[in-house]
Amino acid sequence: MKKVRIGGGAGYAGDRIDPAIELIKHGNLDYVIFECLAERTIGLAKQEMLKDSSKGYSRLLEYRMSQVLKIAKEKHVKIISNMGAVNPKGAVAKIMEIAKEQGLSGIKFAYVSGDDVYDRVEEHYEDDIFEFSGKVKDYKERIVSANAYIGAAGIIEALRNGADVIITGRVSDPTLTVAPLCYEYGWNIEENPVEMGQCVLAGHLIECGGQVTGGYYADPGYKSVEHLENLGFPIVEFDESGHFTISKVEGTGGLVSVDTCKEQMLYEIHNPNAYMTPDAIADFSQVKFTQVDTNVVSAWGATSHGLPPTLKVNVCYKDSFITDCEISYGGRNALERAKLSGEIFLKRIDLLGIDYTERRVDYIGYNSLYGDKIGRALAGDGIGEVRLHVAVRTNDRENAVRVSNEGDAIYTNGPTGGGGATMKISEIINVFSYFIETSDIQVKVDYEVI
Amino acid sequence: MRLKEICHSRTGDKGDISNVSLIPWDEKDYAMLKEKITAEVVKEYFSDICHGEVIRYEVDGICALNFVMHEALGGGVLRSLAMDKHGKAISSALLEMEIPV
Repeated sequence: MKKVRIGGGAGYAGDRIDPAIELIKHGNLDYVIFECLAERTIGLAKQEMLKDSSKGYSRLLEYRMSQVLKIAKEKHVKIISNMGAVNPKGAVAKIMEIAKEQGLSGIKFAYVSGDDVYDRVEEHYEDDIFEFSGKVKDYKERIVSANAYIGAAGIIEALRNGADVIITGRVSDPTLTVAPLCYEYGWNIEENPVEMGQCVLAGHLIECGGQVTGGYYADPGYKSVEHLENLGFPIVEFDESGHFTISKVEGTGGLVSVDTCKEQMLYEIHNPNAYMTPDAIADFSQVKFTQVDTNVVSAWGATSHGLPPTLKVNVCYKDSFITDCEISYGGRNALERAKLSGEIFLKRIDLLGIDYTERRVDYIGYNSLYGDKIGRALAGDGIGEVRLHVAVRTNDRENAVRVSNEGDAIYTNGPTGGGGATMKISEIINVFSYFIETSDIQVKVDYEVI
Repeated sequence: MRLKEICHSRTGDKGDISNVSLIPWDEKDYAMLKEKITAEVVKEYFSDICHGEVIRYEVDGICALNFVMHEALGGGVLRSLAMDKHGKAISSALLEMEIPV
């Protein structure tokens, strides 16, 4: 029976690199995927590209590729990644440069484009924003980027044409896994609803790297996981019946169990009967996981129900500035002093007439995570130290700086014994979505050979 | 009894929506959880942080509940003023919930 093995080489752009190297060297892989494009990352990449047209791909592309390209070539492992962000062509140019430096040849690169719909946002000005009230046109001056979550077609085409390294911009996260499986087995949504559901499940399980192999899981005394300092990243092994297992390289740290898989299956899922991706509306409601060996779990029971009628477009826009200020208080009465400090801070903002749109005061160690009700219940008899956090949203940097100055001044002008004051100003790129017809997207694949 | 004694949980985020799973260690406890941990119970428990609807999905295949909490992330992961913008720590609070035995 034909087996296909795919490694999840990264859970996010800044993830550890050594587990990916371990996977490629010892995972007996056919493919390694790198999912490195968070929602707002593409907006940041676009801003970089506006300053330098050769940029606009993932900032860690060079770092990652310079370490994996050679061993992937030696081990005949194909690389699929969305690290192209808003410039897949530029990303391939950079990777080719690295390949040349390393003396590599005989590699075919593909870059997939067509997801960028920034030039056509205007056609959707009257559309309602999906996440909050308002129309697309309300943000027209502030939109930085607009990219559709596209499906597997471009990557499949690249594989058919013999590409070894495939770089995309915005594709749906599971697509990086779905595409090579569709290519290898010839599966499609009309004829293989069960297999497509299984593919999306597999892609969903490994797209966050170590989160399915024991990362983000340990809780001493409740859930133990060995050697997280050497966490192994996931390997999905399919066979042509559509069954698959999740495992990791032997000897690495971490844990692959029915429970790690259950947790990750529901991660960022809303309705488990209808998980929307451009490749399938996946249904995870009847999935069963079985521990078949140490650190090997099989999955079965996913299916799918056709394709969604539209594609989602991810729009990044310039939102606001947030100033975060913190200072710690300790000993008896720490919370009361932190509260006094917070009150003084807010009064100063009012007194100076700083122009803000939203503000919030937290007491870290008491109510910053869950609010007062749960915070009070968990705090018990008292707290020995607390850290004040004041966050203020402004529309411009000038007012953000004024807030920050007040954060600094609370040191010597506030209650006794405050320590470790920090201030940070962040420019906020936010995202919203609208939907477009699938037929409005023309996916294009280009190639380079070295 | 606290839920942490019999369950584990993970939180995910999308925009201003937080989803929190509740997974019993022993699948035999699933029926009891279905009965006791309703959407209303969770909505009331998180009343300080969740300002919208709570929808509960029953995931019978893996014997788990998935709570989808709207308006729970301070206006959205990328623009929230909260310390934990993703609401990643919400799962730990759910597991602190006391249930009658």
